[in-house]
Amino acid sequence: MTTADLLGKLLQVVMGLAVFAAVVGLLIFFIDKAPKKGRDYWQLTFFLLPAMLFIAVGLVYPAIRTSLLAFQDPSGDWTLANFVWTFTQPAAIRTLINTIIWVLLVPTISTAIGLAYAVFIDKSRGERYYKVILFMPIAISFVGAGVIWRFVYEYRGGDRDQIGLLNAMVVAAGGEPVQWLQTDPINTFLLIVVMIWIQTGFAMVLLSAAIKGVPTEQIEAAQLDGTNGWQRFLNVTVPGIRGALVVVLTTISIATLKVFDIVRTMTAGNFNTSVIANEMYTQAFRASEVGRGSALALILFVLVLPIVIYNVNVLRKQREIR
Amino acid sequence: MSSVAPADLPVGKNLGSLEAAEAAETAESTERGTKTARVKKRLTSRTATIISLIIAVVWTIPTFGLLVSSFRPADLIRDTGWWTIFQNPGFTLDNYADVLISTSSSSPQLGAYIVNSIAIAVLATLIPLVFASMAAYAFAWIRFKWVNWLFIFVFALQIIPLQMALVPLLQIFSTWLRPMQAWLHDMIPIIPEQNYLPLWLAHSMFALPLAIFLLHNFISEIPSDVIEAARVDGATHGQIFFRIVLPLATPALASFAIFQFIWVWNDLLVALIFSGGTQDVAPLTQRLAEMVGTRGQDWQRLTAAAFISIVIPLAVFFGLQRYFVRGLLAGSTKG
Repeated sequence: MTTADLLGKLLQVVMGLAVFAAVVGLLIFFIDKAPKKGRDYWQLTFFLLPAMLFIAVGLVYPAIRTSLLAFQDPSGDWTLANFVWTFTQPAAIRTLINTIIWVLLVPTISTAIGLAYAVFIDKSRGERYYKVILFMPIAISFVGAGVIWRFVYEYRGGDRDQIGLLNAMVVAAGGEPVQWLQTDPINTFLLIVVMIWIQTGFAMVLLSAAIKGVPTEQIEAAQLDGTNGWQRFLNVTVPGIRGALVVVLTTISIATLKVFDIVRTMTAGNFNTSVIANEMYTQAFRASEVGRGSALALILFVLVLPIVIYNVNVLRKQREIR
Repeated sequence: MSSVAPADLPVGKNLGSLEAAEAAETAESTERGTKTARVKKRLTSRTATIISLIIAVVWTIPTFGLLVSSFRPADLIRDTGWWTIFQNPGFTLDNYADVLISTSSSSPQLGAYIVNSIAIAVLATLIPLVFASMAAYAFAWIRFKWVNWLFIFVFALQIIPLQMALVPLLQIFSTWLRPMQAWLHDMIPIIPEQNYLPLWLAHSMFALPLAIFLLHNFISEIPSDVIEAARVDGATHGQIFFRIVLPLATPALASFAIFQFIWVWNDLLVALIFSGGTQDVAPLTQRLAEMVGTRGQDWQRLTAAAFISIVIPLAVFFGLQRYFVRGLLAGSTKG
């Protein structure tokens, strides 16, 4: 990077800021100098204008257009071929199956570990530090996490020392080293481990907050009735945090359905590890199969839709109760 | 390790004293004090402590291994595991010097990409923040019936996955935005033809529905007395927005800003599609992903580069933890 490059970039940012400030200033000017007649309407329009314009261009129109593109062939004729391809080609079917495996395993396992951890460290000494450790991966980008875990899965052929932790452990236990990321079907599960590693902290923080909301009196009462720790957990704590459990499960499910960066970084979808979001990118932007890419995006939307609606409903009910 | 008792846990000094203060406070009401103390005792059994310690260790080791390796000489990384660092000692900063400073064409030259990541994230956070708070103010305080329907529509847009918008938006950008960028380049040659504009716009567009929803929740709870008093005093909407609403909404603005900053910093998908991939525009994550693809065995470079890419979000995480958690929890369904 030369100094001229750096100056150019700085200039871009400064100009971007200046133009943006000018736009906002102009809007506010119009808002305050609006004509007396229908003044509220004018002001409302100018307050909403930029956001609505961005949303219309960046989301509404593209979403409609993608839905149409999914039913078109490259020449623009209407067809179902894109969906036929998605549900008949072995590679595409494998993508769908992988996505289902992801969305079954990641939410359940990360919620289970997160819940166990939250219960175990609850009110213990150093709870805050325990939490930070588990929550930290969530600040790390999926790409960074991909590199971190590729290093764990690294394979060395021949008699060379293993530098990947997983293979080193296998060798220490007397086994043969494995090319983890190239071996189907174990590779999909190893990618799932990365997502679980990231999402467990999120589950733990939410569930920990919910557990602290369970009244001490209830646990105390159950204790007086002579229940053991496990019974108290099942019959008092779990019902008390049901709402939080649902929110955590659905939220992680949505994130998992859209997972892209991890697969892209670690295997690029090769060796039968592709998932819908990755395949969508590959088809639309690498293979120039815009129709197929759009069909996959639409399938993703249809899969996410019921979960989001359910999630919103639960959140709304929780808010009403509060 | 399995014999570690709770008393040996690495507890920070100030946290210990904090808990002592809490205990003293609760001790005032004797009944409550004993109750919490008893529950505390029962729940932290030895097995539970051991299991949580194991989980904590397993969760830390991968990142720790990366960090240790990034400071080891290349030949040691290549031939020995990082856990043998005491048998094969070696410490070097060459890896960082190589990925950051070195100008040889085989080096990743991350400097330019760090600048890009910052440049992208600053405006891609600021634009949606301002536009969303303006819209949220209008939705909350300028009342018309149809405006409520528009708000519900914007709220509902959160269910659209990013993937639905990518193809058409790229088409729009290449038909309309690209000629404008070329024109900008002709007018001011120091601005590269490939510039940040598409990324700023794309990130802002995708962020708005969630941002409007979150900020509306906060802004609509500002007491109406405050707003109405200002109106009676003759303040315009513009003045109310800048002098009253924005200062009062600072916590919500901070939470969203941090979430959006981290989101943009960590993003790969939007960058892959709209950046063009040159070192004029591409952010750090894209460069890192590219390095994995083309030089996946150069661990001395990958470890150092990966650590550089995660250090800023981690710094934000540790420095602004409260805001960070709040923003993240609120925004976790995004994308």
